[in-house]
This record gives sequence, C-alpha cells and structure tokens, in this order.
Amino acid sequence: MADTHSVIGTKNKKGQTYTDTWKMMNEAPRTPSFFTGSEVIKEAVRRASCDVMIAYPITPQSEAAALIGELFAEGYIGDYFRGESEFAVMSQCAGAAFGGARVFTTTAGPGTMRAMENFPMWAGARLPIQMIVTCRGINSPLSIQPDTLEIAYLLNTGMLVWHAETAQDFFDWILKGYMVSEEPDVHLPLALCCDGFFVTHTKDVVNLTPADMCLPPYDPYRSPVPCMDMECPPVRMMRDPFVMKSNYISYATHASWQQEIWAAIERSRKHSIKWLNGLIDAENADADILIVASGTAVSQGREAIRLLEDEGIRCGLVKVKTLRPWPEEEIREATKNAKHIFVPEFNVTGWLAKEIKATIPNHQRVHAGPHVCGGMTMPPEIIVQEIKTALGMKAFSLAGRGS
Amino acid sequence: MNDYRVLPGPEHFLPPAAASMGIRLPNPGEAHINGVIAPEEKAYEEAARQFLMAKVPTIFPGPLVLWAWNEKAAKKATAIRHLYNTLKECVHPSQTPMLIPMPDYRPKYPKINPEVEINPNHPNLTIWHNKIDCCMFVGVHCHQANLSLKIIRGGTSCYTIAMCAQAGHEDAMLSFRDASVEKIMKLADWVRKLKGTVQPRLTSAKSGASN
Repeated sequence: MADTHSVIGTKNKKGQTYTDTWKMMNEAPRTPSFFTGSEVIKEAVRRASCDVMIAYPITPQSEAAALIGELFAEGYIGDYFRGESEFAVMSQCAGAAFGGARVFTTTAGPGTMRAMENFPMWAGARLPIQMIVTCRGINSPLSIQPDTLEIAYLLNTGMLVWHAETAQDFFDWILKGYMVSEEPDVHLPLALCCDGFFVTHTKDVVNLTPADMCLPPYDPYRSPVPCMDMECPPVRMMRDPFVMKSNYISYATHASWQQEIWAAIERSRKHSIKWLNGLIDAENADADILIVASGTAVSQGREAIRLLEDEGIRCGLVKVKTLRPWPEEEIREATKNAKHIFVPEFNVTGWLAKEIKATIPNHQRVHAGPHVCGGMTMPPEIIVQEIKTALGMKAFSLAGRGS
Repeated sequence: MNDYRVLPGPEHFLPPAAASMGIRLPNPGEAHINGVIAPEEKAYEEAARQFLMAKVPTIFPGPLVLWAWNEKAAKKATAIRHLYNTLKECVHPSQTPMLIPMPDYRPKYPKINPEVEINPNHPNLTIWHNKIDCCMFVGVHCHQANLSLKIIRGGTSCYTIAMCAQAGHEDAMLSFRDASVEKIMKLADWVRKLKGTVQPRLTSAKSGASN
C-alpha cells in the first residue's frame, strides 16, 4: 500500500527524491529558465510523479502532449498513450484514475467541447485528474488563437477550475494543483486553464524547482470512494439502481451525490488559499477604479494601469486565480470601495463579468469589457480607452489608427 | 458569522450540504459540534453524552473497518467492538445499543434488511426500523458517509456522529477527524466516565413516526 509520508526522502527510478511538497515549492532553490509555456508544462510534469498521461496529440494549440511523450521515453511517466479522440482520452483518463493512478492530460478548444460529457463524470466519480486547458476558440470558423470561451462551459461541471496568468503560475499550479485536488475532502478533477498561444507558445523566464525533486506519489487509499469497485457506484453507474429506479430515495441519493460534489469544491477553498496564497491577488484595492481579471487579461490590465498612472489616474487590480472555487467573499471585500469595476476578457460573452455582477452589491458598477475574441490581442490601450470613456474623459481610439 | 447549524432533522425535503452553508471542517486537533469548531476534548464528552442519552445508540462500522484488509483496520475493529461493549455496560436497561454494519455501498433493491445492515443510498430505512436516535459512522469512505449523513439529516431526527479517518464530515452533527484506535478507545473511556451522570431520553427517536 502506498504511504505518502513514508516515501519522503527516498528516490524514484529516475533518481528524483520524493520531497515534501511545501518544502519543494517554497524552500527549495529555484533556477531561472527561459522556456515556452509548453516546455514549462513538461518541466512541471517531470516533477509531478505522474503515473499516467493520455494524449490526443493533434491539437496545434500546445506542444505539451508531445513533449510529455518525451518524458515518457525518458522514464519519468509510468504510462503514456494516445486516445482515438478527445472523448476517448478523457474516458481513458477516468479508467486510469479509477484504478488509483495520478493522471495528467491536456486539451484545448473544440477538443474540450467534444470531451465535455466526461468532466461531470470525473467530478461525480471523485477522480482527481489534472487537465491542462490551453484555451483557444471553440466555434466555427475554427481558431487556434487564444479565446477563453471554453472556460464558461467548464464552470458548472463540478471540476475545480483555475486560470493561470503566466508560465510561472502554470509551473507552480500544476504541482500545487495535485496537492489540492488529491485532498480526501476535495478529491476532484482540476481544469488548469491558461490563454493558449500567449502562455504556451511565447517564452518567459520561469523559476523552476530542482529537477531531482518530485512530488510524493498519489495515495489512492485516501480516496473518498473505493478504488475501481465494479459493484459500487460510481463505477457501477448505469446498469441498475439507484440511477435506474424511479422513486424518492433514488432521486434523493442522486441529489445528495451532486450536492456532495459542490460541497467538495467548497472544501477546496481552505487548501487553495494555503497553496496559492489566496484565491485572488489585489493591488491598490482602495482605488475608485478597479480592473478585475483572470488569465493574461491580468497582465494587460497591469500594463493599462501603468499607462493610466502616467496620466495621473489611479487604478487598482484584482487577479482572480480560482474560478471554482469562486472567490465570492474575497471579491466582495476587494471591490467594496470601487466606484467603477472593469472586467477585460478574451471572450465574446463576458462570463467573468457575469460572475462578478452576481457576486457584488451595486453591480451597475461593473463595466463588462473590453472584450476581444477569436484570437485577437488586447492592447492595454483599449482597456485605458474603456476606462476613460466610462469616466467621461476624452480617449483616443486604436481603431482609428492608420486611417 | 455564519448562522447555519448542523442539527438533528428532519430538516428538509432536500437539505443542503453543510459545506455549502459555510460550515468548515476542523483542523488537526479539533472537531466540530453542530458545525462549530470545538476542541477535540469537548467533542469526546459531547459524543459520549449523546450516546448515553439515546434510547438506541448505534455504531455503523463501514467496509474500511469491517474487513481486515490491513493490520490497522483489524485493530480499529477491535477498538470499535470495545466501544460497543462499553456502551452496553454503561447504559440503562431501557436503552438498546446496537452495532449495525455498512458492509458495502451497493444499491440493493427492492430493499435492504434494516435489521442487519445499513446502506448509504437509503440509510433512513435502518434508522427508522430500529428507531435509532444516535449513531456513529466509522470506517465509511468519506463520500459515502457524507451522502448518508445528509440523507439522515434530511429525513430523520437521529443525532449523527462521524469518527472519520480523514478530514471529518460537516454533514454530521459532531465529527472527529484523523480517527485512530486511540481516539476510539478514548471515546469509550469518556462513555465510562460519564456513566450514571446522563439522563436517558424517555422517548425514542421521532424519526420513525414522523417520516
């Protein structure tokens, strides 16, 4: 039987030392490295003691799946194989996790949508699979450029959903994500999202933990459901009661089961706050004007704030790190003094602004925008323009450039 | 300040998960009583008091302690048997301690035999049939325990205690965490310590009658 604590200090077959995760992430020396986001994913997985990685490698959004194949060839991953489709991949991930493995996979865009049926199934079965979502467009005509619309679909699956801003976030959160999602009171899958291309294909300096340290292995005996018991729910899903009976107690059991998934998301707050140092980061939250954003929109917001400061306009920033659990109290507290709240987003519907409007009092303070989508960039100048226009100030339009 | 409290029901047609109502799990060394974090020592006393007050105090051991799948499980099972025997020794003759297993989680239809087992999918059948007014879950996988505890709270007036080996259960009225042989034995010690000091309830659970 695996015992997480007893292996600390021992070595795996690659000579990496199983290390207390808190020490590894917070105390071990870091080496600055210049990597693409995809390479950073590979480096995080190298240290994650993953048992199984399953890939659908055609996605042009990220090289991560192929790079992790190299890790398998080097012996860092227990098993690695391709699925016939994204749906097959996510189903196979479930099988591996049911069997007690630590599982990793990647997806993006239409692939995420095709595999969608599996995500509530993962959550319902309490499988702590980690799925990287390198967000891209999902609609026809297709786009391989960043667009975060797919996150909106993940928010109600029962998965944990985190949104990384940078490659550094990504490296750290892949490793920390397993620590949160494998807690027995949580034990849910994690969709760790980033804005594709901006994070995956560009290079950045990322401070890596030592390559000879790795996470302690997953201990499936702490799972809140039995491993792969073919006679019991959740593995025994469809062939007989309780799902196939029409009576009060069958429905009550199923309802209670669903409630338990969302209760587990609530329980993840405590662990997420510990590992991510809070569900949000807030800078100058006492300002009258606030930008609230997630993903790379945070970076663009930060740059817009610098431009506004040059003009003597003070603006604060709230970086939303976790979407599930939703940082309701934190956002309410951080925005309590703001007169204007701007929510820049890389999607057409503005799902983050809707979440914020549903969270705070006086939601007319929320300006849902600016929005870009379909792979467009978001120059900080358009955030500045949005803010100045809302404040009744004269603003130059980027759209007028060159005319 | 969250004013929701985890209390004996019947609470609702579909009661909420206590975690969704803001109830948080205890940290190591702590327990919760009615959803309020409390020192573990206080929880031993309260759990023993609830057992000694009940007409039918019952222990529900689950598969993690029913089967000797490792040495620790076997030792826990022995400790649970000791707790049960202690209960029998310490209660008034009008009280009826019971030890009813939850051997597995399979849905069983048309229905289980409530005299010999409890099932997480319809735990109230066992509670109602035996007029159980106080029960303790031990050795039940956390997801299944939460499922059952919430259904019991929804439809019965039974006081629920969780002796959880992991992080505890908000859906129980009282929950320990990091359960061990020592903690089970300590609860038995508290039952013995309070023997004769707690007045048993005169009536049994209203759960069977009202629901």
